[in-house]
Amino acid sequence: MFIIGEKINATRKGIDAAIKGKDVSYIQEVARAQEQAGAHALDVNCGTVPASEEPEAMRWLVKIVQEATEVPLCIDSANAEALAAGLAEHRGKPLINSISGETNRYSSVLPLVKQYNAGIVALCNDDRGLPSTKEMALEVGDSLVKRLMKDGVPVEDIYLDPLVRTLATSPETVVVTLEVMRELSRRFPGLHFVSGLSNVSYGLPERRHLNRAFVVMSVANGLDAVITDPLDAQLIALIYASEALVNKDRFCMNYIGAYNSGKLKV
Amino acid sequence: MGELAQALANLEEKKVYELIEKQIAEGVNPLEIIQECNDGMIKVGELFSEQKYFISQLIFSAEILKQVMKKLDPHLAGIQTSGGSGEKVIIGTVKGDIHDIGKDIVITLLKGSGFDVIDLGVDVPTEKFVEAVKNSDAKVLGLSALLNFTYPVMKEVVDAVNAAGLRDKVKIIVGGTPVNEQVREYAGADYYALDAVAGVRICKEIYS
Repeated sequence: MFIIGEKINATRKGIDAAIKGKDVSYIQEVARAQEQAGAHALDVNCGTVPASEEPEAMRWLVKIVQEATEVPLCIDSANAEALAAGLAEHRGKPLINSISGETNRYSSVLPLVKQYNAGIVALCNDDRGLPSTKEMALEVGDSLVKRLMKDGVPVEDIYLDPLVRTLATSPETVVVTLEVMRELSRRFPGLHFVSGLSNVSYGLPERRHLNRAFVVMSVANGLDAVITDPLDAQLIALIYASEALVNKDRFCMNYIGAYNSGKLKV
Repeated sequence: MGELAQALANLEEKKVYELIEKQIAEGVNPLEIIQECNDGMIKVGELFSEQKYFISQLIFSAEILKQVMKKLDPHLAGIQTSGGSGEKVIIGTVKGDIHDIGKDIVITLLKGSGFDVIDLGVDVPTEKFVEAVKNSDAKVLGLSALLNFTYPVMKEVVDAVNAAGLRDKVKIIVGGTPVNEQVREYAGADYYALDAVAGVRICKEIYS
């Protein structure tokens, strides 16, 4: 499982304040903690500053996080100029969060994916909005992946996000998301699936149980990357366990490795 | 321990294969390569006995060794092998018990060590064991069980092998969770194996 640490996101109050106050050590501490917990990449988002300032804020954020950590970053913005500024600063192979089937977003982000040879989070929606049925979701995901591949992005660099809905408001859609992952993983060998876990549990109590159950069910259906809090030790242990159970962990070596490094004692 | 043996002991799969290819290319005698792999497998067995390795790691080591033997196979033509081919072990879970996990682990390790295994399966009737001993040149008969009411059944198998006049032909090993020295003595077996690694070690002893 490719774990992308979610914590450096300006929608979180502490990070928002640290970005606006240029608090380098606070952000670097959050970055280090996630890396030490085993994150393979760190998401960086500064979307709360005014759009005109976002590129500079992103450049600064990428710089200070990479000063403190070795893992690549997942540069997260809806603003292509901010993505470009962050990518120009980034060392190593970056991830871009995100592209989608929406016309403007696709045409503005694709050149960056190509220029930086980046991994790309691809959101399963288009100009019509979020797909409302399983058939539509399959069609949107299928055509987005095909289009990216046709435009020269290797399938191994594509992280399709099936955009799980909120269980509380759309109870029938979570199962559909799982089915979509399963079907598209069959159609596109090598394609990655990524999910932010927390949407699914919004508006319900003790959300962590729902997030954890969803990750287990998703692993069984093809999920191999998550944007989450790597310090949620219980979640990480469940990820190791579920990958072993679906035979995505050769001879349980990752599970045993996690045990040997103390990660399963939760 | 050599680099290859160490890599195998560490279960560094890719490194093992690379070292094998390299040694083959350098013209190292395949028997020396096998010997070094055996050293690595012995280390894996020790780590398992010390509870530092888990069962899946034991199985993984056998899988790596199987791939190694495949790579060496074309280079072994015409060379006299000291162990391996032709050394047979009969094994089965005795009548009344259908547990196969322990038996299958032993089989995997035996095959990894180059033995030919005659697997009679689970819930095996006594006469089937006798027949297998009669019809093969195996020097080892392994009786497996998990349930503790199977002691009399193990004794029954040993007695039946005796009665058929085949007792000198094979050494009998009993193994499985409930088995100990008292059970071995009661059943009249030659050895009891504390775990899968011990079982394989006994088979090697018998054939050495």
